[in-house]
Amino acid sequence: MDFFFKNKRISGILTILPQKAVKFEDEMVNYNFSPAKSMKLKLAMGYNEHRIAAPGQTSSDFCRFGLQYLIDNKLIELEEIDALLFVSQSPDYFMPPTSNVLHGHFHLKQDCICMDINQGCAGFELGLIQACLLLDQPAVKKVVLFNADVLSPKVSSRDRNSKPLIGDAASITIVEKCNEENPIYANIKMDGSGALVLNIPAGGFRLPSSPETAIMEEDAAGNFRSKDNLVMQGDEVFNFVQREVPPMIEHLFEQSGIDRNNVDWYMFHQPNKFMLHKLADKLRIPREKIPANIVENFGNASGVTVPTCISFNLGNQLINGEFQLCMAGFGVGLTWSSIMMKVGYVKFNDIIEF
Amino acid sequence: MKKQIIKILTELRPEFDFSQESVDFIEEGMLDSFDMVNLVNELDTTYCISIDGVDILPENFSTVEAILKLLEKNGVK
Repeated sequence: MDFFFKNKRISGILTILPQKAVKFEDEMVNYNFSPAKSMKLKLAMGYNEHRIAAPGQTSSDFCRFGLQYLIDNKLIELEEIDALLFVSQSPDYFMPPTSNVLHGHFHLKQDCICMDINQGCAGFELGLIQACLLLDQPAVKKVVLFNADVLSPKVSSRDRNSKPLIGDAASITIVEKCNEENPIYANIKMDGSGALVLNIPAGGFRLPSSPETAIMEEDAAGNFRSKDNLVMQGDEVFNFVQREVPPMIEHLFEQSGIDRNNVDWYMFHQPNKFMLHKLADKLRIPREKIPANIVENFGNASGVTVPTCISFNLGNQLINGEFQLCMAGFGVGLTWSSIMMKVGYVKFNDIIEF
Repeated sequence: MKKQIIKILTELRPEFDFSQESVDFIEEGMLDSFDMVNLVNELDTTYCISIDGVDILPENFSTVEAILKLLEKNGVK
């Protein structure tokens, strides 16, 4: 499904990371691999260290800290927030929506729409699309988009498929109306037949957590996890990404009329270095144009990886200049989405720690 | 080239004998998905190619013959 928007822009990006960094080498002992094989895996995938939230910290804590930082630094005024989107797979409660909890904490005005969206790896793109849809309304001038996930407590420490790459983080992206046309081309696709390829089997209404769901079981590859843990069928995810993402990006080139060589940066979701290099080669894009350093430095925090990639790799360059960005997310759902737009002259593009 | 492939495989998993014919490396548990990742990296580097991501499937790495076919598909002779 294709979308087109205009007269909207990203005016600021803030990434909020946990202070605690865990090294890959410190966790290797938990995996059913020889140290030599683990080190090869580290090199191929780009694993190094990942950020893990402190016990008790939730996704909304990171969002709260980040928004307070923006307020304290006079980078946003609460009265101007017309919509608050919280895109996450780790809400505070089943009910109420975490966006409403955040709304209450900051005493936002009543004329402010709050929405929680359950989405993972394509959560930044889906959030941007939703923000733009809202901004098409006269009453909405500024949207605060939270992407946040603290999923590390749901990942088994003995699961080498997921543990080395998982990261916790949040981001705040301000999306607002602007006078410039600033065309935004977006697309998104879903395939629910693969919905359980990435999932947490227990803990919802379908299978509530119980002593039985907490029992650790070994899979065919020697990983140990319970039904309370996140499970990723890595091969299925890899094949899905390699099959669906290149045609989606090719379509985005056609949709936008923008040549691949005229894109300054490809800011893609960050599952691992190997997967991103394969996508770059397939798309005939220099690998240097697709930064693949987020899983290496911070871990994969689902929908937060793209804003983290922008903050980490562009920093102040995004305050002083403008870039043609091609952004893409792919994973949970299964969902895959991409956006072509210019981003620049933002008020902030920072990384802070909480 | 066959010898080179067996050498690469043996370096990846020295505990197995990859020179045996009629053995399925995947079914026999001699290669797992992470070995395939490392193998693709080695083949890409050795032969200056980039194996297409859609071809990174177990059946393309199950025997030396299958790997040879994959390399041929990528222009390696």
